[in-house]
Amino acid sequence: MTTDAAIRVRGLEKAYGEVSVLRGVDFDVARGSIFALLGSNGAGKTTVVKILSTLLKADAGASGVNGFDVATQGAQVRASISLTGQFAAVDEILSGRENLVLVARLRHLPDPGAIADDLLERFSLTEAAGRPVSTYSGGMRRRLDIAMSLVGEPPVIFLDEPTTGLDPQARLEVWRAVRQLADQGATVLLTTQYLDEAEQLAGRIAILHEGRIIVDGTLAELKALLPPTRVEYVEKQPTLEEVFLAVVGESREAKE
Amino acid sequence: MTIAHFFGDTSVLLGRSLRHITRSLDTIITTTIMPIAFLLLFVYVFGGAIQAGSGPYVNYLLPGILLITIASGISYTAFRLFLDLQSGIFERFHSMPIARSSVLWAHVLTSLVANLVAVAVVVLVALLMGFRSGAGLLAWLAIAGVLILFTLALTWIAVIPGITAKSADGASAFAYPLIFLPFISSAFVPTETMPGPVRWFAENQPVTSIVNAIRDLFDQQPVGVDLWVALAWCVGILVLAYGLAMRAYRRRIAT
Repeated sequence: MTTDAAIRVRGLEKAYGEVSVLRGVDFDVARGSIFALLGSNGAGKTTVVKILSTLLKADAGASGVNGFDVATQGAQVRASISLTGQFAAVDEILSGRENLVLVARLRHLPDPGAIADDLLERFSLTEAAGRPVSTYSGGMRRRLDIAMSLVGEPPVIFLDEPTTGLDPQARLEVWRAVRQLADQGATVLLTTQYLDEAEQLAGRIAILHEGRIIVDGTLAELKALLPPTRVEYVEKQPTLEEVFLAVVGESREAKE
Repeated sequence: MTIAHFFGDTSVLLGRSLRHITRSLDTIITTTIMPIAFLLLFVYVFGGAIQAGSGPYVNYLLPGILLITIASGISYTAFRLFLDLQSGIFERFHSMPIARSSVLWAHVLTSLVANLVAVAVVVLVALLMGFRSGAGLLAWLAIAGVLILFTLALTWIAVIPGITAKSADGASAFAYPLIFLPFISSAFVPTETMPGPVRWFAENQPVTSIVNAIRDLFDQQPVGVDLWVALAWCVGILVLAYGLAMRAYRRRIAT
């Protein structure tokens, strides 16, 4: 398990002052898979991503990315990953192409211009390449943001709520981009509060709730957690949304 | 991270910030507008009534105006830094395999370049208004050196609100007291005319020694103790502000 896991998280804890956000998080992400970390606002998804991308230090626990320890081998971890944060972190004043060239140069890659042109093409941004990003639509910005994550083809990609605030059309565009990433063999850790997004994209889904992973499995396994529905006139499979609400509700009851 | 990476990454990021400036030249214009307005106001309105120095009043006034230019310019340094932190692009850079300190240094160097451009614009305007100096190359280099040191010191002060501010207004508001500090100094009028406590403050705050040193260099006068006091102030502020800025930086960004 540990040998081929691209991301390994054990007993991760983090508190902001008195507020404990993560209280012992464990999960593994297999190489080349899409893993969704599902949770409501404030569940600690972003904190997990920030720790794994070496932006935050954990209070306790161990985590490894691409075989490197997050706490002690920061530089190697950063060389293995790319992070797309919650807000499209693109340079508004530069053009789309300049943004990509900037990232390619910071990754010390040869021929940044060619890398930029290739990604612009793949993300259907060639026409807008020379325009300042401030003129882009929300979906175009996100696509550029994800394209910037792909520069240098890092083996592990973190996408923190990649579709939050996007319209349905733009959302589909982003989903297509994420699938492309996985097709090329990248490991993707995706956080989302949208249940259908996890259902659509991820091979494995973990639900983060009150600082712990309360469920971790494939969609089929998650669905199996609910008792099968009784067949009356129409058979209705439980949606992931129902699974989510049911398991979250159960854990709440168990605590009380 | 190697030294070569540090310089390479810093220059790439410097290029990025400089593009921001060349694409929104209004920041340079806004930076220079107030100093130029002061220059016009004091030379053509109040100047006739002010007895200061032996040459034209613009000669007396320029050193202080240059410091005001820099003090108003660094509010953009804080503003640009604040925006980068706010937009998440800072985090993006920090999650990349680059020399992390280059992100901050690129902002500092951008501030230096932008302020020197603004200072050059103000000097040109002063020349049009009759400013003349017989200073030689060495004196000009010394003036440039003092101004660069002063800019770096104020820039590191600006980094602190740039990192800690909660709003864009908060990030740039800190500069106002710095802009007005030259008024209670020898920048506009000789300190001898001021009443006791004000005079004491004026003569013992950094602006007076810096202004006097630059003025002596422009006037080809022997620079006395003022230059050393000025340099001590600049280096002292620089070291203190750098320490505080790095502390704020570490607090905001872990590791």
